[in-house]
Amino acid sequence: MNRSSRFIFSALCFGFAFLYLPILMLILLSFNDSSIATVWGGFSLRWYSALLNNEQIINAALLSLKIAAVSATFATILGTMAGLALTQMGRYRGRLIFTGLIAAPLVMPEVITGLSLLLLFVSLQELIGWPLSRGASTITIAHITFSMAYVAVIVQSRLASMDQSMEEAAMDLGGRPMQVAFDITLPLIAPSMLSGWLLAFTLSLDDLVIASFTSGAGASTLPMVIFSKIKLGVTPDINALATLIIGTVSIGIIIASWIMFRQSKRNEVG
Amino acid sequence: MISKNITQTKQPVTPYVPETLWLDPEAKPFIQIKGLSKKFDDFTAVDDISLDIYKGELFTILGGSGCGKSTLLRMLAGFEMPNAGQIIIDDVDMAGIPAYDRPINMMFQSYAVFPHMTVAQNVAYGLKKERVAKPEITRRVSEMLELVQLSNLAKRKPQQLSGGQRQRVALARALIKRPKVLLLDEPLAALDKKLREQTQFELMNLQYELGITFVVVTHDQEEAMTLSTRLAVMDQGRFVQTGTPTQVYESPKNRFVADFFGTINLFDATVISCQPNEDSASYNIKAKLDKTGTMVKAVAESLLSPASAITIGVRPEKIKISHERPEGDNLTIAKGVVEDLAYYGNRSIYRVRSESGRVIQVSAQNYQRSEQLSLEWDDQAYLSWDASCNVVLTE
Repeated sequence: MNRSSRFIFSALCFGFAFLYLPILMLILLSFNDSSIATVWGGFSLRWYSALLNNEQIINAALLSLKIAAVSATFATILGTMAGLALTQMGRYRGRLIFTGLIAAPLVMPEVITGLSLLLLFVSLQELIGWPLSRGASTITIAHITFSMAYVAVIVQSRLASMDQSMEEAAMDLGGRPMQVAFDITLPLIAPSMLSGWLLAFTLSLDDLVIASFTSGAGASTLPMVIFSKIKLGVTPDINALATLIIGTVSIGIIIASWIMFRQSKRNEVG
Repeated sequence: MISKNITQTKQPVTPYVPETLWLDPEAKPFIQIKGLSKKFDDFTAVDDISLDIYKGELFTILGGSGCGKSTLLRMLAGFEMPNAGQIIIDDVDMAGIPAYDRPINMMFQSYAVFPHMTVAQNVAYGLKKERVAKPEITRRVSEMLELVQLSNLAKRKPQQLSGGQRQRVALARALIKRPKVLLLDEPLAALDKKLREQTQFELMNLQYELGITFVVVTHDQEEAMTLSTRLAVMDQGRFVQTGTPTQVYESPKNRFVADFFGTINLFDATVISCQPNEDSASYNIKAKLDKTGTMVKAVAESLLSPASAITIGVRPEKIKISHERPEGDNLTIAKGVVEDLAYYGNRSIYRVRSESGRVIQVSAQNYQRSEQLSLEWDDQAYLSWDASCNVVLTE
């Protein structure tokens, strides 16, 4: 190994250490027998079993999963429709503005998104009496609004790279527009929709800020519970919980990137 | 190879239509295009085009990029709606008929083979949309795959196929609905040279056997020349010249066609005299080449007044190149030095700088087997061509 490549290698190691050492630390400490979260006291799975007996956390986790699944599904439907409208409908007036507007939530600070949604829900309640109280449904709606933008961008980029003549060929062969959509367009963008869904799911699972703004009494998502517990001091069961979340999210990301990889390989020839 | 298969698997098709149907004033055109125009915002892509194509023709629209040929094809297919004009196919006006209801199929330049379907599913797609019965679909698909020699690849996905195989899938998919007209957008552009030549002949045979009217769009003049019964040279949304490949090559209408369709040496000249020919409607002219003062004879299609400026064109393969000064009547002779030489095996291209200083391109067949070229760089050479090879261009 010569000098420059040794430098590059150590830079790489340092970079990865910077990124992953805290996470590894957390995973390691989740197997800690000691009840002080930061002191090592031997290997144990006791915090995992403690976690299973903690009803508050189990309920919060179930609520989070439910919200994530529902919001990801709706975000995928709406985001796909937005992506289709932005690429398939030709060059209509204001298309560029719409493209910009759909991407804006990606860079919008979460605090602002959360605050604006809270204001919306409050004024809606005064105007039409809905929602009666804030909770799971308002969190879901809030999550749909911001994760839909991610799905739209993913689907849109897939559609833009897709050979337009594919759909024309289907139409040329006798496919009515709706048939073409179901025979050709949807199967071709299905992988992007799936990875969009997975992304929306993880975003919703992760979110603390927007959920805190839009939630009411009684509906606490997992990140909210963790955050409130941390205020009272870090307990080792939180480490166990965090390890489980990391595992779930990593699996999701691995599946999503595998789908993207396969799709890009197919695009090379298709 | 394909034609052999057809004769084995297909019954004789309807009697083949004479190849020169367009000469018959009684013949009814199969595709009629009348005053067709298409504008995109301020840009006129297709400008008032009228054209008759007859049944069984292989008609090629030839032009550079952006000349409007693809737009014209897309209007035939029904993907673009014309701003003005009419398309009539087999007595049916196509206005208001969407792409999926037209008796036309198209082979796309990118082939647009569906990547999520197998070869067989790709080919079957058109029949499925027509709601043809399942057993018949199976039968016709296997017949069609036989025809394009893909039977053994029926279960493959497109990403496992080569470019040439994908082209065949696209062709089979477009032909299976037995369209009245098949549109081909740059059918050979994505293939390499060897495969292109082979496919070219296969396409011609297929078209001949099936008797389907083909309309091809291409920018490749060689492709246009070898494939078509007739062709149209298109520029800036208009047809510059329409005719058989030999007509367009040997009697180009103007400098643009002469230069675009093949290579040609162009000489500015001035008419000296112009006399009508006794037996035909043409005129014998004498002209003087502006640069050298050489007198040449040529035949013009219209009466030209003396002193009018014209261009004389000579194709490179019409010019003989030799060491000795050639003898003969009606010959135009020029002397020069070989400046550049390209050896192609079967022929050689010489670029000869004549005494007047201009470069004349000559294409000579290498008749004799010899490892020594008879003419080399910087050799003195005589160029000569017969007066009948002079093309008179007035535009």
